[in-house]
Amino acid sequence: MNEKTQHRTAIESGVPDHLQYMHPMMKANLGNWDWHERPRPGVLRHVTKDGKNIYTVRAGTQRQMDVFTIRKLADIGDNFGDGYVRFTTRSNIEYMVEDEAKVAPLIAELEANGFPVGGTGASVSMISHTQGWLHCDIPGTDASGVVKSLMDVLHNEFVQEKMPNRVRITTSCCQINCGGQGDIAINVQYTKPPKINHDLVANVCERPAVVARCPVAAIRPAMVNGKPSLEVDEKKCVCCGACYPPCPPMQINGAESTKIAIWVGGKHSNARSKPTFHKLAVANLPNNAPHWPEVAAVVRKIVDAYKKDAKHWERMGEWIERIGWSRFFEMTDLAFTKHHLDTWTGARKTMNSSAHVHF
Amino acid sequence: MKDGDSVDTKTTSGKKPTPFLDQLEDGPWPSFVTGLKRLRDEGTPNNQKMMNDLLGQLNHSYQERTGYWKGGAVSVFGYGGGIIPRYSEVPHLFPESKEFHTLRVMPPPGFHYTTDLLRKLCDIWERHGSGLIAFHGQSGDIMFQGCTTENTQKAFDELNEIGFDLGGAGPALRTAMSCVGQARCEQSCFNEAKAHRGIINRFLDEMHRPSLPYKFKFKFSGCGNDCVNAIHRADFAVIGTWRDNIKINQDEVKKHVAKVGRKYTIDTVVSMCPTRAISLNDDDTMEIDNKSCVRCMHCINVMTKALSPGDDRGASVMIGGKRSLKVGDMMGIMIKPFIKLETDEDYEELEEFAEACIEFFADNALEHERIGETIDRVGLPAFLEAVEAEVDPNMVNHPRTSSYVRTDDFDEEAAKWFERKALKAGMTVASE
Repeated sequence: MNEKTQHRTAIESGVPDHLQYMHPMMKANLGNWDWHERPRPGVLRHVTKDGKNIYTVRAGTQRQMDVFTIRKLADIGDNFGDGYVRFTTRSNIEYMVEDEAKVAPLIAELEANGFPVGGTGASVSMISHTQGWLHCDIPGTDASGVVKSLMDVLHNEFVQEKMPNRVRITTSCCQINCGGQGDIAINVQYTKPPKINHDLVANVCERPAVVARCPVAAIRPAMVNGKPSLEVDEKKCVCCGACYPPCPPMQINGAESTKIAIWVGGKHSNARSKPTFHKLAVANLPNNAPHWPEVAAVVRKIVDAYKKDAKHWERMGEWIERIGWSRFFEMTDLAFTKHHLDTWTGARKTMNSSAHVHF
Repeated sequence: MKDGDSVDTKTTSGKKPTPFLDQLEDGPWPSFVTGLKRLRDEGTPNNQKMMNDLLGQLNHSYQERTGYWKGGAVSVFGYGGGIIPRYSEVPHLFPESKEFHTLRVMPPPGFHYTTDLLRKLCDIWERHGSGLIAFHGQSGDIMFQGCTTENTQKAFDELNEIGFDLGGAGPALRTAMSCVGQARCEQSCFNEAKAHRGIINRFLDEMHRPSLPYKFKFKFSGCGNDCVNAIHRADFAVIGTWRDNIKINQDEVKKHVAKVGRKYTIDTVVSMCPTRAISLNDDDTMEIDNKSCVRCMHCINVMTKALSPGDDRGASVMIGGKRSLKVGDMMGIMIKPFIKLETDEDYEELEEFAEACIEFFADNALEHERIGETIDRVGLPAFLEAVEAEVDPNMVNHPRTSSYVRTDDFDEEAAKWFERKALKAGMTVASE
């Protein structure tokens, strides 16, 4: 083997040891914590069993960050914090400081540099999102851009703790739903069966794998114009897009036909009620990037109705369960249609088989 | 060939026009577009060129409402996964970003960083990549976005030299996530990072050389608040819990009631307990029926000073959570109601159970099937037998309602149950 083809052998070090990067005060107090409080939105105070404090200041980021932004965040950590940071599940950055006197200047510096301080407690935290047009191979819309637009609209809800409980919003650029479950989930909803480029299928797609992917067995092999291809039974097709990733010639996206649906009442936490999936609120909203004004208007309506009507500590889904879906659709001015009736496996379990009715 | 090939893609300055993206620079939330433009204007020469065309292609996507990336095969020497290859479908319009691969890199558990480490990561990525990093992707990876095929190995080598390793992609063990946990949270019931590193680093081969039927994800949450969304998102969710009683500091209960009021305490704590296990006494102390408590965390979340998890701590394991493809979203099912997590042997037991589940998955899942789907297909009893887990009432919301089942060996199964019960009782007596 000559010099040029020699490769360095990887060190399969796996998950790095976090202790080397952890704030020394936290490292010294692993498992020694007693209680916590939130002195103000965006700030946590955790207290050890022997009465020592660590203060955390949480700020929103754009998640997709250039090196200049990251270095700025690092400078803030050195000049106003203790040099240690962490990120939350929802891409907020957290600065941990031992000295309470550092909290106010740290907040001021973050805000002066355009990083909103908040996202704690009963706030609308950063939207958990996907890659979209920036990097995904199958996206129906963008992620970072629409999230930026929506967080602009929800900025006040991020920097305050005035919601009944925390609100977790997610977006997904296709129906695979990488963004996950949320109190409000804003997801692409395809409305047309895939449009097949029969010239390419034979060369690009492993046809049996594509047939096997379809959740409703609507795809079968076919000869089209003398070439091996695939055909879709459009009456059976549920437009889920599952065939598109393994077979890009089955184009599921369309500039006009790719729409947005909003779902409500998903919850990860086990607090009070068991975790839940989100449920359909409205479909067929236009995919009107970059600002998604129609989507933003519906999100605003849902957030405001929840804020006004839910009891303290009720999450979105728990609130709706109490007031009933009739009232939810009434309060949000959204339509309840036959498409809200589940038709998938297990649908019967989503129906009301009781005399309990909301008026 | 997609639409829009005749679009004007260059201004006189050489900068690709970005009228759609320009609309995303105002407003109070930090703008990723401003960041991308800064890389285009002030980045290293390679960052500048790549970002100019990347901005152009992204704007083109906004205009045409279409994505323009396709996959491919790129890896580093010795590994079969961890890189997400992206090739532009419009390379003639945006040649400098025609290769825009992502390196998925595993972060420290709990996402802890020093500012010094952040700078090192930036320096490496500025040299070899685009200068764009996402903290973090939905699987929990640091995503180093935008690299040419040629530079992929160079970037990895440098990241690897400072102690970082690639995460998972494709049909493989995936990067895991854990909450902040015992590093800062009093509600943590086990050492999340120890479990996380123990399991992932034990099965690294399954991550770096993908050979499973499909993806397999672990997530670790220190309590039922499940801050890393494990039940919904992980094939193997580890959720902290405890077996003994909730700890009550009655003085702090009284202070809480005095501060927020009796009615508010009843409305927000007592009435919200999902199993009606709490009552407020006439003297404003609290009574908890711990046999009825399901460790949901609500009362502890509200009264952080007065209430805390018990001392006999460990975790529950739930198997089979996943997102939509192909049968619809699924949550994990409770399989191990409690594994004590205190000694190294306890963590070893958790790792061994993880190994049994991965083996079951490798041996039994169909191609492109997640373990939750496999369990649905073969039935939970068959899964339990395969991984040698004992049946437990905590696995169900309620026993079966369908009579379509053969029960001819019911007596033998019942005998096993009573035998286990006797054994457990005997062991408890012996240990006392």
